[in-house]
Formats: sequence, C-alpha cells, structure tokens
Amino acid sequence: MRRIYLDNHATTPVDPRVLEAMLPFFSEQFGNAASRSHSYGWDANNAVEQARVSVAKSIGAASSHSIVFTSGATESNNLALKGALEYYGDKGNHVITTAVEHKSVLDTVKRLGTRGCEVTVLGVDALGRVDPETVRQALTDKTVLVSVMLANNEVGTVQPIAEIGEILHERRVLFHVDAAQGLGKIDFDVEQMNVDLASLSAHKVYGPKGCGALYLSRKRPRVRVSPQLDGGGHERGMRSGTLNVPAIVGFGRACQLFSIEGLEEQTRIARLRDTLQSRLLEALPKVSVNGDPEHRLPGSLNMSFHHVEGEGLMLALKDIALSSGSACTSATLEPSYVLSAMGVDPTLAHSSIRFGIGRFNTEEEIDIVAERVISEVRRLRGMSPLWEMVEQGIDPASIRWATT
Amino acid sequence: MLYSDKVIDHTDNPRNVGTLDVNDPNVGTGLVGNPACGDVMRLQIRVDAEGRIAQARFKTFGCGSAIAASSLVTEWVTGKSLDEASALKNTAIAAELNLPPVKLHCSVLAEQAIEEAIEDFLRKQASLAEKVPAK
Repeated sequence: MRRIYLDNHATTPVDPRVLEAMLPFFSEQFGNAASRSHSYGWDANNAVEQARVSVAKSIGAASSHSIVFTSGATESNNLALKGALEYYGDKGNHVITTAVEHKSVLDTVKRLGTRGCEVTVLGVDALGRVDPETVRQALTDKTVLVSVMLANNEVGTVQPIAEIGEILHERRVLFHVDAAQGLGKIDFDVEQMNVDLASLSAHKVYGPKGCGALYLSRKRPRVRVSPQLDGGGHERGMRSGTLNVPAIVGFGRACQLFSIEGLEEQTRIARLRDTLQSRLLEALPKVSVNGDPEHRLPGSLNMSFHHVEGEGLMLALKDIALSSGSACTSATLEPSYVLSAMGVDPTLAHSSIRFGIGRFNTEEEIDIVAERVISEVRRLRGMSPLWEMVEQGIDPASIRWATT
Repeated sequence: MLYSDKVIDHTDNPRNVGTLDVNDPNVGTGLVGNPACGDVMRLQIRVDAEGRIAQARFKTFGCGSAIAASSLVTEWVTGKSLDEASALKNTAIAAELNLPPVKLHCSVLAEQAIEEAIEDFLRKQASLAEKVPAK
C-alpha cells in the first residue's frame, strides 16, 4: 500500500522548485556569504540578500533589513523573547503569552520566569482562541512584550492578531507573533497588524529544515534584541554564525512561491479538508471536531473519535502519516496541553487525531484516507469496551473507574 | 514510536476479541484502567468444570501496546488452570512484545486485568456456594 502524508503541520516536503533553487549553493556557488573579498562570497551574499527581500515581502515588511536569519522558528522564538526582555530590561520585566503556544515559546518564557521575569500565561476559550480583552487586562506598566501565535499547530485556531496588535500599539508594548504555522496559509501583514517581532519557519512552507527568520520592525523606534549567539557578528550583530546559504535561498524561494500561488492553493486545500471532515462526520457517529471551525487554518482538521484511542488508531492507519493529541504518543505520557487548555475532556484528547493537509495532497488521497479512517474506527470500536457500553446505553463517564 | 513485529501482529490480527456473558456463573470479568488515562481493558474468562480456562475474550480502549498486551494475555491463559493464569507476570508480557520502557504500564494493566477476572470468577463461585444448602 502506498504511503500518504497528512502531517503537514509537523513538516512539509521541500517543493521541487525550492530544491532546484538551493542546489547550486552546495556545489558551484558554495561560498561563505561573509567572505567579503572574493566572488564566491559575493555570489553567496547576493543570493542571501535576494532571499531576504522575498521573505520580507511575503510578510508585508517594508525593508528587508528587518529580517534576521536563524536556524528556525524555535531559535527565533528564543531570540525574540530572551533578546527583548534583556534589551528592554530597564523598561520592565513582565511578559505575557498564551497557554496554547508552541513549547519553544512556553519553555522559554518559563526560563525567563526563573531569571526574575514576571510571567502571565493567558487562557483560551473552548475553540482555542485568546480574547484580546484578556490581553488588555493583563497589561501592567512593567509589561515589555506580549507573545501570541498566528495560528495553532495542533487545532489550527487562528488568533485575533490584528485586534491584539492594535491594543498593544496603543499601549506601546512590544508584540511578538510566532507565525511558524500561519505563514503562507493565511494573511499575515506585519505592518497592518502592528506586529513588532515575528518568528518564521522554512520547513512549514515547503522549504528546508534548519532555517527560519526573525522579523524585527524598523518603524521608529526600531525594535532591538540582545543577541543570544555571540561570535562573528553576523546579521548585524544580532545572530552570529555562518549563514546556511542553501537553506536561506530555499526559504526565499519558498516564500516567493506561496506569495504567488497562495490564495488559490489554500482554497483548494480547504476544500480537501472540508471534504474529509464531512465524509467522516457523515459516516461515523460520536465524533467531534476540536478547534474553531470558523477561524482555522485551511489544511487543519483535528477530530476526536470517541471511545477509540488515538495512537491505536494511528497504528491501524500505519500507511497514513498523522498525529494525535493522545498521551500515548508523547514521551511524558501527558495528553496534549493545547487540548487541555481548551477544556477538552482528557478522554477525548486521547481519542484525537490531527490531519494536516498540504500542497501535495490530492482528492484521491483524501478519498482513500476517509475510507480507511471510517473502516478502522469501526473496527477499533468493535474492540472497545467503552463503545460496547455506549451501544448498550451505558455512559462510560458514569462508571466509577479505579484511578491509576 | 517503534513497534515490535509482535505488537503490530496483535493489533492487525487481534486474538479473541469479544464478549462473554457477564451473568454466566462460569465467567469472570476484569475491567481495569481509566478512559481519562487512555487505557481501559476488559478481560473475560470462562472456566470449565475442571477449573481450566476454556475461553478468554478481551476488548481494549488503548494504544497499540495495550491492545497487543491484552490480546496476548487471552492467548496465553486459554487452556491454563487458574493458578497458572494468576502466575502470569507483566514482565513476561513486556518481554514477549518487546515493549519500550514508556509502554511497560500496558503490560502491568494486562496483568491486573487477568488477576481481576480470576478474582471475579472466584468471588462468584464463593457466593454461589453460600446459596447452595449443604447436602
């Protein structure tokens, strides 16, 4: 049976056109972009600067100088949070974020907390959305930065970035957006949305892994961060380390591609997602959708199949690449903290599957996936003692389970 | 998550999935785990007149390792005496299935399930014996 990849929120394949753009920079044009004195260096540097322009344009940034290349969104998040709190330390020490952020934000913020920063983590509603009012109310005169993701990786919920940006612009508090998941899929314009810092990831937009960027607004006053990597002073002193030229070139090309093809592509992807969702909802009783059906990434579908466990279902669907919010899939045996923050019952978190549809998925694949999911859910329900109870009219939630 | 071939075999071809009549005096039922933890196993045994397990059935809500552990247990206890079945150790289950450390709790739960099924059967037998007047 052929494999089908439906885990595009975890990573995406490198687009062949991106790969093509990258290859010369491994062999003929292999120079170090910082080699100022010869043509190998100049060529590499030119390619990097072109990529910088492409990345900047794709997020509506006026100047390419606002882009700092990093090894990925995790590094960008670290640089943004640690770098800003350090640089603006005399203005305050309070940072605000949400409970559904990526670990690279949450764990960084936790570390800042151990270093004497005040931390506020805002809750979200049942759809995974943060209310801009709660942001406003959490602000103090010591707040340096607020960090909210553009869209969530697990359930696809799109956050009200423009509304929050307006509030923070008024209150003169820095606004950082982790745009790793949302970039290239939904509108993201840093100037229109009053975003001061933004983390970007190449491998989520059909570019290579190991490359990302941090946008730093150059509107007066320019946003600054204390560098976290010292060394040769690359990226105007903000991020030392020889640039990964091929990957950066790839990232630039990937941004160009979604800037040109984006709208049409996302409409098609949303249609595939909606088809999959309706097929599953029609065929199977007792399933629920996690996240915000209105404000959701086009390719994102997170569903719970009641009384069937997520990892077991994924194993049964072994030729289809998916992921789950079940505890069994995590090394720590804790269920998805995003679903928990949304108030999703732990049992339903254990039954959740995340489908991530992307550029290279086809209608045929969606048909196959729908059929297989329906068939395996039915088979596993036939093996589930909880489903048997449901069929007999007993609510499993009414049983007093021995707590382990 | 790397699965052993045996785990995959048991999840693709589970043995003895099903339900025995919970009201049958010769049937013992063990229901262990918790949906909130993502693991629930129901193991049932039918014991014959000689005190051997004639039939075993399971249903499990859980990951591949949990399904495999409970399926394996039904295979192993069929044909055994109650004493032999209660000697079943989770370590043996884990070894047979090559369970990684993070999945060892699935084998522990399976051991608990068979213990409870046996206990349930013995409890039933004991209360039946009370009802029958001494001859």
